[in-house]
Amino acid sequence: MSVDLSLDFFSLFGLPRRFRLDEEALGRAWHTLQNEAHPDRHAHLPDSRGAMQGALRVNEAYAALKKPATRAQYLLELGGVSVDAIDGNTVAPEYLFEQLEWYEALEEARAAKDIGALERLAARLQTQAGSVIEQMAEQIDDFRDLEKAADTVRRLKFLDKLRLGIDSALAALDN
Amino acid sequence: MALLQIAEPGQSAVPHKHRLAVGIDLGTTNSLVATVRNGIAVCLTDEQGRALLPSVVHYRDGGGISLGFDALGARVSDPRNTIVSVKRFMGRGLGDVAHTESIPYIFEEMPGMLRLRTVQGSKSPVEISADLLRVLRQRAEASLGGELTGAVVTVPAYFDEAQRQATRDAARLAGLHVLRLLNEPTAAAVAYGLDNASEGVYAVFDLGGGTFDLSILKLTHGVFEVLATNGDTALGGDDFDHRLYCWALDNAHIAPLSVEDARRLLMAARAVKELLTISEEAPFHLRLGSGEEVDLTVTRAAFFEMTRPLVQKTLIPVKRALRDAGLSPKDVKGIVMVGGATRMPHIQRAVAEFFGQEPLTNLDPDRVVALGAAMQANALAGNRREDEGWLLLDVIPLSLGLETMGGLSEKIITRNATLPVARAQEFTTFKDGQTAMSFHVVQGERELVSDCRSLARFELRGIPPMAAGAARIRVTFQVDADGLLSVSARETSTGVEASIHVKPSYGLTDDEIAGMLRDGLEYADGDLASRALREQQVEAERLLEACAQALSADGDLLDETELSAINALIARLREIIGGHDASALSDGIAALSRATEDFAARRMNRSLRDAFAGRSIDEL
Repeated sequence: MSVDLSLDFFSLFGLPRRFRLDEEALGRAWHTLQNEAHPDRHAHLPDSRGAMQGALRVNEAYAALKKPATRAQYLLELGGVSVDAIDGNTVAPEYLFEQLEWYEALEEARAAKDIGALERLAARLQTQAGSVIEQMAEQIDDFRDLEKAADTVRRLKFLDKLRLGIDSALAALDN
Repeated sequence: MALLQIAEPGQSAVPHKHRLAVGIDLGTTNSLVATVRNGIAVCLTDEQGRALLPSVVHYRDGGGISLGFDALGARVSDPRNTIVSVKRFMGRGLGDVAHTESIPYIFEEMPGMLRLRTVQGSKSPVEISADLLRVLRQRAEASLGGELTGAVVTVPAYFDEAQRQATRDAARLAGLHVLRLLNEPTAAAVAYGLDNASEGVYAVFDLGGGTFDLSILKLTHGVFEVLATNGDTALGGDDFDHRLYCWALDNAHIAPLSVEDARRLLMAARAVKELLTISEEAPFHLRLGSGEEVDLTVTRAAFFEMTRPLVQKTLIPVKRALRDAGLSPKDVKGIVMVGGATRMPHIQRAVAEFFGQEPLTNLDPDRVVALGAAMQANALAGNRREDEGWLLLDVIPLSLGLETMGGLSEKIITRNATLPVARAQEFTTFKDGQTAMSFHVVQGERELVSDCRSLARFELRGIPPMAAGAARIRVTFQVDADGLLSVSARETSTGVEASIHVKPSYGLTDDEIAGMLRDGLEYADGDLASRALREQQVEAERLLEACAQALSADGDLLDETELSAINALIARLREIIGGHDASALSDGIAALSRATEDFAARRMNRSLRDAFAGRSIDEL
């Protein structure tokens, strides 16, 4: 069995095309496909180069669907909504203030080398991300309002980026 | 009539031949080779029954190489030419190596990777590692009775591109077909997981002689999924030795050391460290070549105190890997200890305290990596049945990026992405009419390119002139299952293309490898040299036999001087035929052949005369 490169990521894994996702089913489907496609499965065959494309595709699809922000972005792409501007840097004006606040909190904790403050920030961020993800599910799955969801994707991407910032600030304090 | 069976094209109807495949753990301190025999992974031993091969190579003055146990003595007697822990230099420049002041080698700085000057000339770490790998290959072939189909060679999970390339080059130089470069913690997880049929999240804590890895894996139904990996490729048991060494220098009040004494002291430090694993205190006693004496006692408490910063240093990658995996210590079901250095009690205690549970130590930490590699080699060679398949989903340890304006690294593939992985990113031109673009590929987590490791530079030329920002250049990074990168760039509106296999700057090209292999045929001390010697011995025996026959039949054709000259050369050849000097033997053969050329011609004439005797020319 080889990987059908023409399928969209959801069809590839045999999953319904929606934002709410059974993560365990995704993981199982990923394993099943890689069990066939992975280069290790073809290492003993004379020509194993061709198999690479299938394995790359399966990993690309899994990485895209696993994270809510990239999954939402992919759904918007499938729905024909332009995603060029979705990079976590541009936001709807009403969230600008919220974002500035987050940044200031991160910079303050980083400068103070305050591990406790960074961890509290991370926890707050997680709660916030949870509610943004719930909002995204409603917009995409329940109301099919993809334009609005595009804004939500931007918010979520920003939060993901902030999460990386907190993690790297914490990593710098590990020693 | 019986029906004839016809196999599906490409599939064999007969059970396929068992392919000889091995796993090799090329370690900082010791190396091992293992294979799967009758379904069970076993380490292969040398003629004395020893599985470990000390990773020590001695380049002897006057030619020849000693390896492993045979080279241990030379560490003190000939420290400059006796290379230990060469793994620390793989894919590294001089600036990357710590404590050069207590290392006896003469380093040569070369672009990309340092070299070591030995009595047998300049050696790259790749060549030295190849010498070790060659011995392991010979051991395996002798033990398995045939040529190897391939080998899985393990590398620290946190090895970067340059270190991986160097390892693969060394294996190729040793004549091995590399089935896969496998991360050491993942190999250990395979050995543990398949033994224990485990499920859940496990951490592998792998502290070797010179490298440290921490991998977090999720095991489900035979799938080993690496969630995150972190480490320090310049932290290992060697550093604990070095702390003891420095402590002894401070406390014994001795003069600056010769390179021989430095090696002596370092070896004594290692022995003390090992003793402190089992006893509460250890004598640190040795007499130096200078005549001075070191007579100290180290308690376990003192050793723990002086190495506490090193133990703390191992916890940094642990925290980072857990954070990347989005897990906390309590989510981890078990911690597997790998590497000889994890025998140290304070390492085990620190790990137990951090995770809140005792680590697993039921498999030999020196062997578990080689055993896991052997199991994977067996699978990759196609020896396992379909129903006993497991799958390894490993990750790339360090992010890969491109230099952008302002000397910043734009990450294309981020660390902990599952392999194989490909990612593309679009870039555009900076100036109107720009027709070429140069790319600088870097690896590392830092923002500034200058803080990352430079891997390669390449150019895309022939971009049609357009306004700035109009060209669309799509750069694709692809990392294969060995963790090795290739990069291609394409201008999407015209299809102009440039692609490279990233070769780190020290880059051994295929031609260079081929050249080194050829040199190996002439100079190698191992199987090739001994085969050459054997061939010369056979040739000498043949020549001596022929001479004896000729002399007894036609000796009268020679005058006394000629006869004694030939006899002297025969005696000389007989003398050296049992020796080990192939080139002396070859010289002896050539000399005797030359001296008997004229004799042979005269014999030819006589036999022709005899043949024609009594016959007229017409009869012929």
